[in-house]
Amino acid sequence: MSLLSSPSRESAGPPQDEAAGAGQPALTVVPARHPWRWVATAAAAVLAAQFAHGLATNPGWDWPTFAGYFFEKSVMQALLVTLQLTFAGAALGFLGGIVLAAMRLSKNPVLQAFSWTFVWVFRSVPLIVQLLFWANLGYLYDRLQFGVPFGPGFVEVETVHLISSMGAALLGLALHESAYAAEIVRAGIISVDQGQLEAAAALGIPRGRQFRRLLLPQAMRAILPSAANELVNLLKSTSVVYVLAIGELFYQVQVVYGRNGRVVALLMVATVWYVILTALLSVLQYYVERHFARGALRVLPPTPLQRLRAAVGGVRLDSGASR
Amino acid sequence: MVQVHGVHKSFGTHEVLHGVDLSIPAGSVTAILGPSGSGKSTLLRVINHLEKVDRGHVSVDGELIGYRRAGDRLHELSERQVLRQRVHLGFVFQNFNLFPHLTALENVAEAPISAQRRPRDEVYEQARRLLDRVGLAEKADAYPRQLSGGQQQRVAIARALALEPKVLLFDEPTSALDPELVGEVLDVVRELARTGTTMIIVTHEVGFAREIADTVVFLDAGRVVEQGPPAQVLDAPRHERTRNFLSRVLH
Repeated sequence: MSLLSSPSRESAGPPQDEAAGAGQPALTVVPARHPWRWVATAAAAVLAAQFAHGLATNPGWDWPTFAGYFFEKSVMQALLVTLQLTFAGAALGFLGGIVLAAMRLSKNPVLQAFSWTFVWVFRSVPLIVQLLFWANLGYLYDRLQFGVPFGPGFVEVETVHLISSMGAALLGLALHESAYAAEIVRAGIISVDQGQLEAAAALGIPRGRQFRRLLLPQAMRAILPSAANELVNLLKSTSVVYVLAIGELFYQVQVVYGRNGRVVALLMVATVWYVILTALLSVLQYYVERHFARGALRVLPPTPLQRLRAAVGGVRLDSGASR
Repeated sequence: MVQVHGVHKSFGTHEVLHGVDLSIPAGSVTAILGPSGSGKSTLLRVINHLEKVDRGHVSVDGELIGYRRAGDRLHELSERQVLRQRVHLGFVFQNFNLFPHLTALENVAEAPISAQRRPRDEVYEQARRLLDRVGLAEKADAYPRQLSGGQQQRVAIARALALEPKVLLFDEPTSALDPELVGEVLDVVRELARTGTTMIIVTHEVGFAREIADTVVFLDAGRVVEQGPPAQVLDAPRHERTRNFLSRVLH
């Protein structure tokens, strides 16, 4: 054994007295102490316990009423309406957002200006104001005509028949969403290295395919976190459509507590449902993000399930966990 | 064969190419040398129409690139038509530009499937053969970030070869590589030269140019200063500027 070999390398392998025999005393590593961590942990634990105690013992929460209404039929129907508004709004919004982003990134200055103005207007107008506008479109135009612009019309409908309150809600949500989605999609697209499109062009890959197969999957890495954020936001924004008397979750619990006066319990019904839906969306987000991480990370992070299995089985995760 | 006729190209007010003429016979290997900023990369990008020319034109096997001639007018082709022409011109980038979300095999197979619409099974089989040819058969399912720079560039060469192009264009293929990885890429290029692939290589590797090129073109300030066999241009340059450049890069 060489006298020059480092003691740290030695301590991993052969017994310590051998290192001592080489003229080095055996050294023990003592981890640093962190007393303030214990204080902070204790303070947080006390606060959490107080909160839980309050939830359990304060009769004001009225848990029996909460339980009675949580799965009640009208609440379930309202929940379904909320989900419909969320997913239809998101689908239409992101479809519009992709089109607007493509216009903004095109070389045509008129399309660019159109997209910019659209985003400016619909980000400026509060959703609730916009919804009331759509619901009252009949004041502005009592009939709508489809045909040649400024020329003869072929089909004519009365505005009140065309836009129901549900239609107004969906239209408002979709337009509002598309303005935000446009910026999210654009951020994703400009985050992709210019060399990628150049390589695709040099290989003669058709334009549509360049976008779908090469650009979008890479842009998705940047799009997903913001898009998921926006989706959660939309889920909660659907509560604003109560102003149009649509029976979504928030409107419905208002109707019920207007009848029985159990305000807190019913607000909790809505709150807990919103929390559950957000949790489900977050799980979905995790898996979708993981899917699009292919190639961007050397090793994919483990799924929560894999992590749990590893923890239970006592099997140590290899490099995957740390990257 | 590739023909470049009186090509001028400016970026803003800065003229990068001042009337370049080149004639490159099929099956030959041409090395383009020159100081940085001399327009070598721009010239290469003009050949496959990644850059539009201001004046002049480029043709490959008699077919104009990027334009259609009607009488004495050149009509710009649509993007779709240009993309179709590029299938015949393989391009290897300095920074590889592999698609990071696709495996090595998928990178090689992408263009033959989408641009040439060839059957998937046949393309994948060919892609495996090409990866084997560049010595990366066992890396077929690796993603680019799991490969070294030299390996990535070899995949990029296989990707360009998959279209069976008439000409391969290399834009400083080894400049972004660590010195010890340069050799493996040059080995692949050397092997291609031996099998008669038409190649135009922009490079800083003077020794390599001497070894494999049939013709060396020396470019300076957007003009072809001299061209000829390596023995002439590199060992007995006639122009002062060529001599200056060579003395700077060789020592």
